[in-house]
Amino acid sequence: MAEADLNPSAQVVTLKPAKGWLGINLKELWHYRELIYFLTWRDIKVRYKQAVLGIAWSVLQPVLTTAITTVVFGILLKVNSDGLPYPVFALSALLPWHLFQLSLQKSSVSLVGNSNLLTKVYFPRVIIPLSSVLAALVDFVISLILLFITMAIYKIPLTWNILWVIPLTLLTVLAALAVGFWLSALNVQYRDVQQMVPFLIQIWMYATPIVYPITTIPEGTFRYIYSLNPMVGVVQGFRWAFFGGSPPDMTLIISSLAVLLLLITGLFFFRHMETTFADVV
Amino acid sequence: MMDSDLSILVRGIGKRYKIGATQQRTDTLRDLITAQAERIGSTLRGKRHQSNDADHIWALRDVNFEVKRGQALGIIGRNGAGKSTLLKVLSRVTDPTEGYGELRGRVGSLLEVGTGFHPELTGRENIFLNGAILGMHKKEIEARFDEIVAFSEVEKFIDTPVKRYSSGMYLRLAFAVAAHLEPEILVVDEVLAVGDADFQRKCLGKMGDVANSGRTVLFVSHNMSAILRLTQDSIVLDKGKVLLRAPSSEAVDFYLNRGLSKLGERFWEEDEVPASSAPFRPLAIRILDKAGQISDSVRSVDPIRIEIDYELTEDVTGLRVGCYLFTTRGEPIFTSFDTDSEELFKEYTARPKGIYTSRCIIPPDILNEGRFLLGINASSYGIRRYFQDDQALSFSVDASGAPGTHWPEPRPGPVRPVLDWEIEQRGSA
Repeated sequence: MAEADLNPSAQVVTLKPAKGWLGINLKELWHYRELIYFLTWRDIKVRYKQAVLGIAWSVLQPVLTTAITTVVFGILLKVNSDGLPYPVFALSALLPWHLFQLSLQKSSVSLVGNSNLLTKVYFPRVIIPLSSVLAALVDFVISLILLFITMAIYKIPLTWNILWVIPLTLLTVLAALAVGFWLSALNVQYRDVQQMVPFLIQIWMYATPIVYPITTIPEGTFRYIYSLNPMVGVVQGFRWAFFGGSPPDMTLIISSLAVLLLLITGLFFFRHMETTFADVV
Repeated sequence: MMDSDLSILVRGIGKRYKIGATQQRTDTLRDLITAQAERIGSTLRGKRHQSNDADHIWALRDVNFEVKRGQALGIIGRNGAGKSTLLKVLSRVTDPTEGYGELRGRVGSLLEVGTGFHPELTGRENIFLNGAILGMHKKEIEARFDEIVAFSEVEKFIDTPVKRYSSGMYLRLAFAVAAHLEPEILVVDEVLAVGDADFQRKCLGKMGDVANSGRTVLFVSHNMSAILRLTQDSIVLDKGKVLLRAPSSEAVDFYLNRGLSKLGERFWEEDEVPASSAPFRPLAIRILDKAGQISDSVRSVDPIRIEIDYELTEDVTGLRVGCYLFTTRGEPIFTSFDTDSEELFKEYTARPKGIYTSRCIIPPDILNEGRFLLGINASSYGIRRYFQDDQALSFSVDASGAPGTHWPEPRPGPVRPVLDWEIEQRGSA
């Protein structure tokens, strides 16, 4: 070992009991950015190890779900699709939905799945659900290619509206993160959560205008309550950004506010529970 | 703010656990709901629910100490004394319940060997991942990558998933990463208990380097010789409290002599003994030190006494009661029975029913330092085996003061006999 670069002014770490509800330390999170990168990279890498099709699955999955929903809802049930070809209608909603769903599946079990890290090494715990969500984001970005292919097939012109995809994706990520904070922290204490997640996802999917258009929901107060589901604003916005149709309105604002509320409460809840993770997990 | 020559400062640190907190993995919402309902019920009945002290246990209480930069501090205490909790608090894995502490610089720990290794990833990938988890920057890892690989001796397999590694390769790679972390404070917890002799030597060598390069080392071990070799000062922990802080030789004496290591005894409850072992029923087995005290940690230079208490519910013919000694890795060292000697064999051909104790002495200077497992066997040769438990009791042997300990190096092997050496000069050059 080389003669130490012993720095007498090395950072002093304080140990003291955690008190009350803690905020988040962004500076510390930035310091740990490489860990976020490596854990995200690990999640992606491990997910497709020993899979022949590898990362191609991130494209195949939405294609398959689109095919299934098109057959059931588009062809058999003849659900109204706002004037769009049904596959286009479904795909534009399924892509952000897949991002949300995968993030939720992975982040809810992330803390328990990484219990060996929690009990042995210190780092900001939010990194764990955060990197699960970021890994899902990489899948999503790859799958976006599908939308451009579909646009070409149906000869839909590209507009500047497409840039809305960026804030809408961010909103999806934040929504997934918010729910991920709640579920992962709860799952440390109550493993019931991981049993519940598949049902939660199913219900949530039908509470989002994916297989049916938002116009099915009566306008007015009821639509506003419906828009408290963050994915309502996201899905509607996505459809509009790629294929036109009804632009996002109040629904998007309500959805964004709902995300904000969920995120802040989720973060505080997470930080509050965090102090006992290592003792309980 | 602490003085700049201090590396660790701990003031009044305490950690309280809820009893059963670690078993909460089985906690379900149903349990929570029933518990809440009970609580509401008792509130309605006018009883106030209080979380009284009986629900909690203080794993650490009022712990104070400081460590100077570049000092190696030993932490001694029997199982459950709070050593691991202290390390967890110091490495910030868990928050203290009360008190205050300061640490200067990065805390690295050899108890994190292999933490975050993923079996599906290759050796190369795991080096980067593990390094990042242990708090290294990517640049640091890249700079030391070749060194790490060379140290681990797995060059050829560096691009193979670690799930195909042998356990030795896996351990070497994991240790190589941890060893190149170069933290300002290094925590070592019983690593000497794992791995083969070569690996242990490497660990010790690395620790020596760390201490010599002016970093701070915290060393937790049951191995008193290693404590004496590697640390200047030690603290003795018992029931979560610091009993003593002294130069290591003094602390080790204190620990060994105060019988703090009092475990050394194993009782069998009636329901622990299979019905098939009747008419033999084991009662207890214990290790006694020179002073006749029950002890979990005995000295190799002293005689070690083993006692086995048992009951015979009927008369038994041809019974022999004996013990096995194993290393903690399960290698047998010896087997011995109470009727091995011709005399006793003849005297105890038949034993009437009653309560017995069979005792023997392991002479001084037989066992090497380390941890040993004592097994028990009761049988009638060629007829049947009544009872056997290969892991009845474990105990530590401490070789401090044994011949040869003036060379501060661990000696491989479970025995450390004193041999009759002679040196003869056969001529002059």
